[in-house]
Amino acid sequence: MTHEEIVQAVKDIIHTIAPDEEIGGLNLTDPLRDQIELDSMDFLDIVMELRKRYGVQVPEDDYKELATLQGCADYLAPHLADHELVTNA
Amino acid sequence: MTASTPYDTILIGAGMSGLAAGIRLAQFDQRVLVLDRHYLWGGLNSYYKHKGRRFDVGLHALTNFVPKGTRGRPLTRVLRQLRIPYDSLRLGEQRGSRSVVGDTDLHFSNDFELLRSEVARQFPSQAAAFDAMAHELETLPFDVPEGQESARAYLTRHLGEARLVDLLLLPILFYGSPTPSDVDFPSFLVLWKSLYEEGFARPAGGIRPLLDALRARYLELGGELRMKAGVAEILHENGRTQGVRLDDGTEILSERVISSAGRVETLSLCGETLASTYGPEHAGRMTFVESTTLLDQPAPDLGWTDTIVFFSQGEHAIYEEPQEAVSFASGVICCPENYADQVPESEGVLRLTLMANAERWKAMTDEEYVAAKEQAWAKGLETVSLYGPDVREQVVAKDAFTPRTIEHFTGHLNGAVYGCPHKDKSGTTPLEGLFLCGTDQGYLGIIGAMLSGVAMANRHALLPA
Repeated sequence: MTHEEIVQAVKDIIHTIAPDEEIGGLNLTDPLRDQIELDSMDFLDIVMELRKRYGVQVPEDDYKELATLQGCADYLAPHLADHELVTNA
Repeated sequence: MTASTPYDTILIGAGMSGLAAGIRLAQFDQRVLVLDRHYLWGGLNSYYKHKGRRFDVGLHALTNFVPKGTRGRPLTRVLRQLRIPYDSLRLGEQRGSRSVVGDTDLHFSNDFELLRSEVARQFPSQAAAFDAMAHELETLPFDVPEGQESARAYLTRHLGEARLVDLLLLPILFYGSPTPSDVDFPSFLVLWKSLYEEGFARPAGGIRPLLDALRARYLELGGELRMKAGVAEILHENGRTQGVRLDDGTEILSERVISSAGRVETLSLCGETLASTYGPEHAGRMTFVESTTLLDQPAPDLGWTDTIVFFSQGEHAIYEEPQEAVSFASGVICCPENYADQVPESEGVLRLTLMANAERWKAMTDEEYVAAKEQAWAKGLETVSLYGPDVREQVVAKDAFTPRTIEHFTGHLNGAVYGCPHKDKSGTTPLEGLFLCGTDQGYLGIIGAMLSGVAMANRHALLPA
């Protein structure tokens, strides 16, 4: 996946776990928590969905790397290089 | 004795907390099995049919009501975690409720301003103190640590006026206190927020559509549910959980078991050594007789306009285990028709909840039991007429459940609806791999029960160790 696809993958996951949130306007650099309502339970879900969809294990110490969309893309890029984007059903 | 394939997690109890935990785990592809001794799911919030009519058990109100889109509140958090769309619950808000102690009543609704104005009307000298206290409670987080001060001490320190303290405390005690006359501060805070800051609603159709939706979601995600499968023993060796043995002797293996049976009840399944660490003397004692009366026309048409009435006939908020089988001194009357957007029914419904003494009910012969139930209903309806129109001429059907019924169908000792007095949010037990969810955690109400299941599944079965 490219960086853009990883950002899309994370947005898709956010849409799955928080369908009422508006994700179209999310920017890359502000913390996700400042842009939409996401609590620690929701972050757990993002991590769980990444594992479920792409087999990526994110250790708890690294959750902070996922704070922004840019952070997600940077952190996940090496793990997802060989994966195809899974689109929401 | 047969051994079957191991599961990642076995859940004991198909109530709100067990089903919610099951959904969380199945959602992330765990192999999950929910077991329940009863033939109907729902636990303390269930429903049954009697002479062709449907009766709900437990649900007076879905507390914690907030409008769609409200952020960071238990209702919206739990729905998101379970991926249940808000609109699918079709929640109707209460028309209005009141707390009555002696000859004083205090109205409240889902608009906090009504309560504020009622306090100012009845207790003008306390209005400012009430505002300050309400503000403090609003700003406290949900999970405050246990302190020395009880709910009554806290309210008294702020408000002074004993009658006002009792009026505010009565609904809180009836909707969640495992202890007589008072409740610990963390539980008080949870209840204050869920009853007064948030509010009451009812899913259209009552508890059944909600339960059926939870069950359907769980099964759709691949979860397994076995009814009439009571757990007789939790298997363990060297301090580690190994699985369960059912009433019929079948052994099912799993290194993780999450039980909603209650702390005392769960440890009693672990053999004598563990059972003795937290014996039946720790079980809760707050239990109820609840009767449902069906009327020949809708109760609002008969002039019954309150959604819920919490009443105490004496000078104080009476909330204690009575000496006699049932006490009429205080109670809760619920008219489910006084929620917005209800499916119209041709018959009216009134439910009355009264405090009961579990031992008295359990000691009765079958004949005495039937007579006592009849009497509790009849005298109960007489009591109801003190707080609204007399509907005794309109009765078409009735039924009641007692502490004996609750203990039989849910396994909760003494039929203790709010569990044991000692609440523990951690959900851990002396056994590795055995966890608790449900009523002994201090999350209260239907939403609280689901939140407890979600939180325990997250913490003990999903988060990396």
